Amino acid sequence: MAKDVRERLFTTVSGVPIETVYTPEHIRELDYEKDLGDPGQPPYTRGIYPNMYRGRLWTMRQFSGFGTAANTNERFHYLLKHGQTGLSVAFDLPTLMGQDSDHPLSKGEVGKCGVAIDSLADMETLFKGIPLDQISTSMTTNAPATIIWSMYLVVAEEQGVHWKNLRGTIQNDILKEYIAQKTYIFPPKPSMKLIVDTFEFGSEHVPQWNTISISGYHIREAGSTALQELAFTLYDGIEYIEWAQRQGLDIDDFAPRLSFFFNAHNDLFEEIAKYRAARKVWYKVMTERFHCKNPKSAILRFHTQTAGCALTAQQPYNNIVRVAIQALAAVLGGTQSLHTNSLDETLALPTEHAARIALRTQQILAHETGITNTVDPLAGSYFLERLTLDMEKGCWEYFERLDAMGGMVAAIEQGFPQREVQDAAYEYQKAIEHKEKIIVGVNDFVVVNEPPIEILLIDESVEEQQIQRVRNLRETRDNGRVLSTLTALRDAALTQSVNMMPYILDCLRAYATLGEICDELRGVYGEYEEPAF
Amino acid sequence: MNDKIRVIVAKPGLDGHDRGAKIIARSFRDAGFEVIYTGLRQTPEQIVNAALQEDADVVGLSVLSGAHMTLCPRIMELMKKEGLDDVLVLVGGIIPDQDIPKLKESGIAQVFQPGASTEEIIAFVRNNVRQK
Repeated sequence: MAKDVRERLFTTVSGVPIETVYTPEHIRELDYEKDLGDPGQPPYTRGIYPNMYRGRLWTMRQFSGFGTAANTNERFHYLLKHGQTGLSVAFDLPTLMGQDSDHPLSKGEVGKCGVAIDSLADMETLFKGIPLDQISTSMTTNAPATIIWSMYLVVAEEQGVHWKNLRGTIQNDILKEYIAQKTYIFPPKPSMKLIVDTFEFGSEHVPQWNTISISGYHIREAGSTALQELAFTLYDGIEYIEWAQRQGLDIDDFAPRLSFFFNAHNDLFEEIAKYRAARKVWYKVMTERFHCKNPKSAILRFHTQTAGCALTAQQPYNNIVRVAIQALAAVLGGTQSLHTNSLDETLALPTEHAARIALRTQQILAHETGITNTVDPLAGSYFLERLTLDMEKGCWEYFERLDAMGGMVAAIEQGFPQREVQDAAYEYQKAIEHKEKIIVGVNDFVVVNEPPIEILLIDESVEEQQIQRVRNLRETRDNGRVLSTLTALRDAALTQSVNMMPYILDCLRAYATLGEICDELRGVYGEYEEPAF
Repeated sequence: MNDKIRVIVAKPGLDGHDRGAKIIARSFRDAGFEVIYTGLRQTPEQIVNAALQEDADVVGLSVLSGAHMTLCPRIMELMKKEGLDDVLVLVGGIIPDQDIPKLKESGIAQVFQPGASTEEIIAFVRNNVRQK
């Protein structure tokens, strides 16, 4: 093999060249107090708690949702029974796009990627028999997050649970939708306003709730490098803070409730370096750029999900091994909560059996491997510390470019992060096709004529059931009340200075549907169209 | 000039995951094809209309949401209605093995699952596209 080809083999998953050996020379500038600090101490590179998993394990939070609210409620009870410690709701695409199940564009999509939620009635079913003051719930919803969260608040109200006792997270991160996952509804300006409304409402009424989970996961899934994932995500955080400050919020009122969400790809050391650098860069951003006063504002807490894009449809049982190593990276990187993907991720939503193996993978890491015995066990490694320093440096370079463009919304309008991610995805694909990167079972070690594995099939009758349910609701509710609450919502949306949350809560209490509420807002805010580039 | 292979790359349904669609569009361009990317959230009617307007030789559909069994046969039905029987229609995305026979029955020429290489897809197009 030619030398330059061999050299290309020794790069991270993201294509960063790696040297043969690392020595004290490589980390000569490293200063323990300034660059690392003890766990629980600034700049939090080594973790946000002094005793980390000795105090409490990470939350094992498996993302799930499919079919009707009743189907998913049953899966939630199953997962809780098997030792899962937090809930995480996946919604179907019509719900994520703010459309009811009987909308023409919902055809074929109802209950497929997640659970179908059309109104408060579905949300009541989803959490039936689950006391909301005893569980923390994460909800992956972005464009309509304000409305979905409000539904949860009304269900709590009905259960007699005080909002101040609710714990959980809404993803509520529209910037990465424009950049990567493309599940947007409204243009940036009104979208950012709705997000800031949740910051304000949450700090006042739901103080234990994480009102945003600023997400790199989807940026990485769309093909970015580890550095791009980190830099764009943290800069999205900067952008949210600046918009909130412009809307008159005090940073220390909402910043402690900002949370993050990262991917865990296959490259063990690169991923660990990413998480460690994330905490350090965020600490510096919060203290040096924003001058926060509350120490909690400067602490980066994050959820991790293993990389769906790193799994293969070929020889799917091999994915169990990949997921275990990705999860190991997340734990060694100090994650607060973790979702491990199921082995059938690239084929369909997980079967119960596949979902259980994924959960067991976390339990094995937690209880059998010894990795939780000590905090940040890899600190001081010449290699890992060099990677961590480089990851940080790369972030500052991206931040400079984004500042020069006028911030993230402006950069998105120019197509900058989208192009960066697309180029990285293309390079990665070519590297696989040229066998510079080996993917076991895909471009090497191939098996032909594998028998298919069992997969979860979504009953096609789900769509019909759901359409009937939402139509019945529209016939039986008090439509006069629906109309008056929707009119009040529209008027509020036209007055840009009011918080939209109370108006949305009123619409939901009257059983207005998600589609009806979003349609009112579409009428005022308009819809986002992605520019071509 | 117009002997270039003309391809529509389309994302039907509500799914926004466009990594695969963008990679294949760029790879087709690099292979010398004329590529029109429709953008996200196209209805079957819009896609077939684009194939008709653009005189496409190939339509590449990318679906990752699980809605392929509703969307793809509907697109094929409309293609036939418009007399576009000789247009090569391909599907890529999260498609379980179990669904492939039914998709082919509806007239889809080939299904590419995760892990398919762009070279393999380009070769399939060259070998199966209608002769000009």
